[in-house]
Amino acid sequence: MDGGRDVVIRVAGCRKTYGATVAVDEVSFEVYDGEIFGLIGPNGAGKTTTLECVEGLRVPDRGAISVLGLDPFRDVYKLQQRIGVQLQQAQLQKRIKVWEAVDLWASLYRKPPADGERLLDQLGLADKRDAWFMTLSGGQKQRLFIALALVNDPDVVFLDELTTGLDPQARRAIWELVRGIRARGKTVFLTTHLMEEAERLCDRVAIIDHGRIVDIDTPERLVARHCPERSVALTTDDPDAAVRFRAIPRVDEVLAQGPRLTIRGRGDDLVTRVIDCVSEHRIRVTDFRTIVPNLEDVFLTLTGHSIRD
Amino acid sequence: MNGLWKLTWIEIKVFMREPLGAFGTIVVPVLVFVILGRIGGSALSTRSVTVIDLVRVGLPVFAAILIAISAVLSLVTIITIYREGGILKRLRATPLRPQTILTAHVLVKLLLTIVTLVLMMAAGKRYYPVDVRFPVVSFAVALVLSTWSILSIGFVIASVVPTARFAQPVGAAIMYAMVGFSGLFVPVQAMPPAMQALARLIPLTYAVSLLRGIWNGEPWSAHLTDVAALFAVFAIGVAISSRVFRWE
Repeated sequence: MDGGRDVVIRVAGCRKTYGATVAVDEVSFEVYDGEIFGLIGPNGAGKTTTLECVEGLRVPDRGAISVLGLDPFRDVYKLQQRIGVQLQQAQLQKRIKVWEAVDLWASLYRKPPADGERLLDQLGLADKRDAWFMTLSGGQKQRLFIALALVNDPDVVFLDELTTGLDPQARRAIWELVRGIRARGKTVFLTTHLMEEAERLCDRVAIIDHGRIVDIDTPERLVARHCPERSVALTTDDPDAAVRFRAIPRVDEVLAQGPRLTIRGRGDDLVTRVIDCVSEHRIRVTDFRTIVPNLEDVFLTLTGHSIRD
Repeated sequence: MNGLWKLTWIEIKVFMREPLGAFGTIVVPVLVFVILGRIGGSALSTRSVTVIDLVRVGLPVFAAILIAISAVLSLVTIITIYREGGILKRLRATPLRPQTILTAHVLVKLLLTIVTLVLMMAAGKRYYPVDVRFPVVSFAVALVLSTWSILSIGFVIASVVPTARFAQPVGAAIMYAMVGFSGLFVPVQAMPPAMQALARLIPLTYAVSLLRGIWNGEPWSAHLTDVAALFAVFAIGVAISSRVFRWE
């Protein structure tokens, strides 16, 4: 799916240090037109540093970055006309009103801005237009920051830890908004330390740990490449079941805990093979569940530690 | 300077919505002026020359310096709060130029300085005991120039204080220490030589000298050194803060 797509962001050999600390090193990746690209990793892995280098807010010590064909640091003002930015843990003036912020932002861009009132309406902030920033909830603040990032109708939108600190319901609503940005043909570059968010939202992800990119691909292909194991957990009172399942090709082990069996094996067709075996031997099954590895498992396999550590 | 007027207008509105913002910056200097004026006014009956001179010249200049200092302290507080909250960083990640963001704050403070001065003169007309004539416009210009100049020191202070919590006390300590050496209470000529040298290094000295001279009706041409010094202070302050200013 990558073939022939336009590259919007190109990062090559990027390195950035703060004093003696190497924040990121040898970071290289490309972001394609119209995709949601996620940089995922634990806190302190170098996500924000990478993002802020791409946005032109920081200068890398080494390496080349190009965004929409522009150098983010040298052409920062030209670039800012064409990108939208949401920063991690940003705030606005406590007592600025929602409409004042949108109005200020809209006045800063040369391109005729998106209709601010309509944007607030789409983001569910219409009835908050006269509210002070400090009175907004966490989700409302993030929606306002999304509105500000979209006000100049940008080609690329940068979202840094967009849903951190939000409750699951607000998080889901924000995901829907981000998919809406992609549907309008924009490219989205986001960072997150939430694997579920990356899995549900991103077309492709780059896994970053200790300042280095570990692997880049679609979530599905990363899982297939690094965590090919599949498991099926089922409950049966058939005494011969465990023996039958062990006979299935490419099944590594069958664990029995009373009537509950866990069948571990490899390959996408493990589930099919188990089902075939169940029907062939008429094994009476009262519960059937597949356990598929996710990005969290990929991260653990690649880095040797959990993303929450 | 794209967005300067809109940002300045927003900053004014945001400041006026602050419960103590307007009170602290505008009302306090006016109150101090009125209270001291009334105390000094009753002392006038003694006909002592020193007291009359203090009330006639010392008090207005003191009040003017107070206005300028409260503008600087308010600037330091706001800048550090904005930095701590990531507001500066957020504004910087827009096509707003960094100097536009900071200039907006300077304009807000200068405007507040003028408003405070006008209120003080209105209060003075009503409560001030001595019938004083002074060049109103020149004095206002001198005060705005002084405030503009020492606001640049505010940016240097805002660059070095680590957190917003320290902004007010650190700023106040620096500014009021400067007042002591500025010749406001003890004339520079009456100081020992070492202190005189120190006084000449302090930006407020030139502001006090300019304000006092203009209040006394002296022409601007007699204070070109003061004006030049205030411009130099601004230039140095901007040069230092452009190197050490932190946006986050």
